[in-house]
Amino acid sequence: MIVADLVQYVVTGLLLGGVYALMSIGLALIFGVMRVVNFAQGDFMMLGMYLTYWLAIGYGVDPLLGALLTIPPFFVLGLLVHRVLLVHVTGHGDPQREMDAQLILTLGLSLVITNAVTMILSPEPRGIKTAYATQAFAVGPILVNQARSYAFALALLLAVLVYVFLTRTDLGKALRAAADDPEAAGYQAIDVRTMHAVAFGIGIALVAAAGGLLATYHPIEPTVGVNFIVLMFVAVVLGGLGSIPGAFIGGIVIGLVQSLTLLVLPFQLQNVGVFVAFLLVLYLRPQGLFGQRLRTV
Amino acid sequence: MSRQKRGWIAIAIVVAAGLVLSFAVQERYHHRILTLVFAWATMGLAWNIISGYAGQISFGHQAFFGIGAYTTLLLIIKAGLTPWIGMLVGAAVAVGAAVLIGLPTFRLAGIYFALATLAYPLIFRIVMEFLGYQEVAIPMERERAALFMQFTEPRAYDLLALALLAATLALSHAIETSRLGYWLHALKENEAAAEAMGVDSFRMKMVAYMLSAAPAALVGAVYAHAILFVVTPDAVFGVLVTVQTLTVSLVGGVGSMWGPVIGAALMIPISETLDATLGDRLPGIQGVVYGLALVAIILFAPEGLYWRVRNAIQARRTPALRSARPIPSAPVETIGAAPPPTGAVLMEVRDVSKAFIGLQALSGVTFDVREGEILGIIGPNGAGKTTLFNVLNGFLVPERGQVRFRGETTTGLRPSGVCRRGVGRTFQVVRTFPHMTVLDNVMVGAFVRDRAEVPARARALAALELVGLSDRADAVPAGLTTLELRLMELARCMATAPRLVLLDEPLAGLSGDGIEVMTSMIRRLRAGGTTVVIIEHTMQALVRLADRLVVLDQGRPIAEGAPGNVTRNPAVIEAYLGKKWLRAATAPGT
Repeated sequence: MIVADLVQYVVTGLLLGGVYALMSIGLALIFGVMRVVNFAQGDFMMLGMYLTYWLAIGYGVDPLLGALLTIPPFFVLGLLVHRVLLVHVTGHGDPQREMDAQLILTLGLSLVITNAVTMILSPEPRGIKTAYATQAFAVGPILVNQARSYAFALALLLAVLVYVFLTRTDLGKALRAAADDPEAAGYQAIDVRTMHAVAFGIGIALVAAAGGLLATYHPIEPTVGVNFIVLMFVAVVLGGLGSIPGAFIGGIVIGLVQSLTLLVLPFQLQNVGVFVAFLLVLYLRPQGLFGQRLRTV
Repeated sequence: MSRQKRGWIAIAIVVAAGLVLSFAVQERYHHRILTLVFAWATMGLAWNIISGYAGQISFGHQAFFGIGAYTTLLLIIKAGLTPWIGMLVGAAVAVGAAVLIGLPTFRLAGIYFALATLAYPLIFRIVMEFLGYQEVAIPMERERAALFMQFTEPRAYDLLALALLAATLALSHAIETSRLGYWLHALKENEAAAEAMGVDSFRMKMVAYMLSAAPAALVGAVYAHAILFVVTPDAVFGVLVTVQTLTVSLVGGVGSMWGPVIGAALMIPISETLDATLGDRLPGIQGVVYGLALVAIILFAPEGLYWRVRNAIQARRTPALRSARPIPSAPVETIGAAPPPTGAVLMEVRDVSKAFIGLQALSGVTFDVREGEILGIIGPNGAGKTTLFNVLNGFLVPERGQVRFRGETTTGLRPSGVCRRGVGRTFQVVRTFPHMTVLDNVMVGAFVRDRAEVPARARALAALELVGLSDRADAVPAGLTTLELRLMELARCMATAPRLVLLDEPLAGLSGDGIEVMTSMIRRLRAGGTTVVIIEHTMQALVRLADRLVVLDQGRPIAEGAPGNVTRNPAVIEAYLGKKWLRAATAPGT
């Protein structure tokens, strides 16, 4: 019976982790290519949830499809945000000062989005009702929530597509080149600024899609992003800042830690497990579980 | 008037203005705004100590704010302790928490530090909720209201917050004009250079963190009594606390005590007024204002209002750039035969080995440095010369072997510790503190020997005099020539009163005249009793300058001795020129 419990927690954790993995990939891509830690990532996720909600309520679009439909508009939104804001704080000077400026800028952006949505759409939580949200597949004694299973499957699919894009296509390879060495990439006629814009667009599109998937089973409210941005940071640091496969595994690990924490700690302390794991990783392996240690001297 | 005095007068003026405002204002609501301005200015100042002076951006400073509020309140409720004492206990708890948080967290640099600081208040918040302190109301004390910080007169809270502001301004001013302030500024600008100049960066960050935790906790306690009345985890550990702190500091300007004051005076009335007039219809208007302020300041004046205005005034005062100036005159000196190195052994290097991933940078390096000599270390590019210096001054710990200075083992010491024991160094690429004047750069080194500002300034001026750079004392490094930069770095190094200096390619990038100035300067240092070890990869210059040479090739010492002998050594010729030249050089009849 205890084994069945354990398996149940692991399965729940994996399903949660799949969606975390997708949103973390977006953050990792942005950091990997631009060296920008995007504080507003959680807010773009929240906006993705609202768009999916609006499509579902207004037009009867199934949220799983709606999540995929968020990708094109959010890609464009990402390009715009890069063009209007981020371009001013990337690639100009002292990296340390610039990084501080980026953190503050995206923090400000996050505040504006959260509070503007609160002002316009009210702080009331909303939800999308779907048939599968309350259904579960029964595998022996293990219950697997249908909404979470579908969300997990789609998240996995998108993650694989991103991976194929980055490793098999010319644009993907150019992105990776710009990430590895912007200067050398410039010599190869790769326009680094365009690569930044593309990375930001894709990063935002992915997190919005993840938000759409999350909306199938999670309440939608303006402040939802704050809770998830921290989870994303944890996943990305866990995987080694900027590593895409690392962020994916980091996301899965966060899901598992969150779920398994419930075995030893009460429900309210669920996230304490995540933060403690985060701090442990920072202290023991600041380069992340999969990242390489940078030599500074 | 000294900077010190001007600062105290300015603080007195600000506090007097605060008092006048507090007594001029009549409405309760206006008093509330005044209290908030003073409180957030204080909180910004507290944050500014660690994130502004020391440059360690923290997103979790509300941890201490919340600790102050909760400690004070729980002591009232559980022990009946007056908040006047309770807030001091809260400050002490916050300082303790700063130590516990800082010990592991300062091992992280830059972005990792900032991200880690996010986690602490979140943990505190969750734990407080779990412990059942979702809503802690301050118990009413009608009998002994003043004893329990409960005033019906709103002015009392203004004055209380103003007192905290005054104390924190005084603390900030004391830091800015003390050794700690100079050292924090130096490590913020270039941590490696600061370490090499004797600044124990880890310890200094810890001190700054503790000093910034205490006022944050006191503000938290006062804020709970003046504004909140009911303390919730979200109100004291929540994101909005950090956001307000960051906004007032960044808008006003980070790294000066006036920044947070200006930022609070500007931002708090705006956001409070908007909240009061539009808050009902548009919940979240405050957040939008803070967010827009952050975005705007980063895009249009990233240094903040205080610095923007100050720099504009200074630029108007000194419009003309200096014209070209002559090279500092070479000190008069007897250029005769160098005295033979007869001194005792000052530094022993024994069997030092250091490997990086896939590269044996040093293996089995052994030699002595004798008191009063000029020892040259030469070798082709990649021979391990700079790695050797990094081992000698403590940046790197060797896998094997040891370094002893005046009989004491120095391997394993931090660079600051090695510097304190009398080993100075310069860098191959000059490492300045770019936003400090030349004099302030040199004072960073001088503080190793003089604790107080006045003697340190005198020592730094003497060091500048020594290298002939006195007239550039007030310039910033960006306006200096390569030669002047190298001389400044040398002065900074000499200000630490070293027995031995390690000079990493001091002639690199210098013109012919510059090389003359630098070589005679080095001779002069030695004549003054300082032992010198120099790295160069051009042999020519060193052959004239050094008493002895040690030759490194691929991390191994291959020759040692007087310059004349070393340059004829076959192994040296081979290392520099290759086998072919060796045959040519040693073949009879060529």
